[in-house]
Amino acid sequence: MSTYIVDLIYLFSAVLFILGIKGLTRPKTAVRGNLTSAVGMLIAVLVTLLDRSIISYEMIALGMAIGAIVGAVMAIKVQMTAMPQMVALLNGFGGGASLGVVASQYLLALEGTGFGPGAVGVIGVLFAMATVLIGTVTLTGSFVAFAKLQELISGKPIGFAGMKFLNAGLFVAAVVLVLMLIGQPANTALFWGLVAVAAVLGLTLVLPIGGADMPVVIALLNSYSGVAAAAAGFVMQNTVLIVAGSLVGASGLILTKIMCVAMNRSLTNVLFGVMGEGGETMDADEVYEGKITSAQPDEIAMMLETAKRVVIVPGYGLAMSQAQHAVRELMDVLEARGTEVEFAIHPVAGRMPGHMNVLLAEAEVPYDKLIEMERINPTFEDTDVAIVIGANDVTNPMAREDKGSPIYGMPILHVDKARNVVVVKRSLSPGFAGLPNPLFAMDNTYMVFGDGKKAIIDMTAALDQAD
Amino acid sequence: MELLVMQLALFVLSLFLGVELITKVPPTLHTPLMSGTNAISGITLVGALLAAGHGGESSLVSALGFIAVILASLNVVGGYLVTNRMLAMFKRKN
Repeated sequence: MSTYIVDLIYLFSAVLFILGIKGLTRPKTAVRGNLTSAVGMLIAVLVTLLDRSIISYEMIALGMAIGAIVGAVMAIKVQMTAMPQMVALLNGFGGGASLGVVASQYLLALEGTGFGPGAVGVIGVLFAMATVLIGTVTLTGSFVAFAKLQELISGKPIGFAGMKFLNAGLFVAAVVLVLMLIGQPANTALFWGLVAVAAVLGLTLVLPIGGADMPVVIALLNSYSGVAAAAAGFVMQNTVLIVAGSLVGASGLILTKIMCVAMNRSLTNVLFGVMGEGGETMDADEVYEGKITSAQPDEIAMMLETAKRVVIVPGYGLAMSQAQHAVRELMDVLEARGTEVEFAIHPVAGRMPGHMNVLLAEAEVPYDKLIEMERINPTFEDTDVAIVIGANDVTNPMAREDKGSPIYGMPILHVDKARNVVVVKRSLSPGFAGLPNPLFAMDNTYMVFGDGKKAIIDMTAALDQAD
Repeated sequence: MELLVMQLALFVLSLFLGVELITKVPPTLHTPLMSGTNAISGITLVGALLAAGHGGESSLVSALGFIAVILASLNVVGGYLVTNRMLAMFKRKN
């Protein structure tokens, strides 16, 4: 097939990707959008298989079969609570694929004509090495993120005081290797050195980042996997790679920005800073002593009996205790009694953007009941009971009131404005920011200690039996 | 060189288009958006196919291409399927 026709078909694929993403802007059209984008992918793959430069199909068939089967099994088996890990893994595979493509292209170019003379050659090498750097960092960084989310390693920041200097050193080493490779592209030792440095850099960049900052990391790695694909597109001179890769790169960057704004922190602070630096630390005993009211689920049920409006505030604890179905049942029982129920979703609740929405959608909570922070905050004053399940820092009033607090300025859910607050939590242990939460010590706050799922089920049962 | 400039133009315009499109996606759909765009980034499969199927002599080149085909198809198939699974849940009740 002539390259013009191939390129035109690639253009058609790119249009389908764009229409597909456009479909994702509304829940109603989203399924069709995803399907549109999948058709675009299928067309791009089919037309590539007809390319005359492909002469051996055995390896391709085998590789695609393995990848498709493993991918399908993972996609069907994965639990909704484990979605952040799944996306982290997929990001890593995407980065690894770009690395593999460019590494084989690089070695192929060395066998044949090289990278061409003059500026074109220099730019070719530059793009190739940029792909290697980004792709490898995405690969190893995503695996660390996966290990943290899957709790194979501790979710706490891992590292030492001078870690950022090590990272800076590794980055400088990578840049120097890229520059040296431009001078002598045929030096494969330099090439594999670059791969090794980038692999370590991916590890040391993500290890010091704590669990609650994972939404930012996953969004950023998502962006990297796209940028790596686009850079590979420059190396292969393939337009559909460039368009699709840059769309994904932009998407990841926007999500990264949204997550950072929602935490009132800069990207640099999330990646290299230490939470809680500066600012006075409050003593937990001083905040909590003698002020904690603990309650049993049946006492809460009595409070819910007369409530007109209830807002449920889910956090990572909801995912941890798999309480999404229990919460849906509580909603059903409340609504059957004529109580208005809504869910307050903080942008960084959970471990990835939109994590809570997916969990609650799994439990068949209609999406128009999931209300964003800006829209739900003014309604807390008219809320009889706010039920916080496994969320902490995103409800801490110190972020609004205490200028000395490390989290001052972070947008929070104004849960403390509700007439009554119920907090379902295992203990008084601090959230990721390591700060006590004065919300727990308020006069109208009732702490229900224990497993989130069990507490909600008990509450629902007690409420169901009322009158 | 002209080709490179064309490609750069394509890259920059796609970035802007991406920004315009993605900012319209509601927070409720952010997780499927990530897995869906992730599947799109599996477009490296196209490059991987060309790399794995060139039939060159070096076994290392073929091996790298082969690994890239596995990883990219995993990315594509896993990404689209899991996105579809999530989106079907959003559609269900409405």
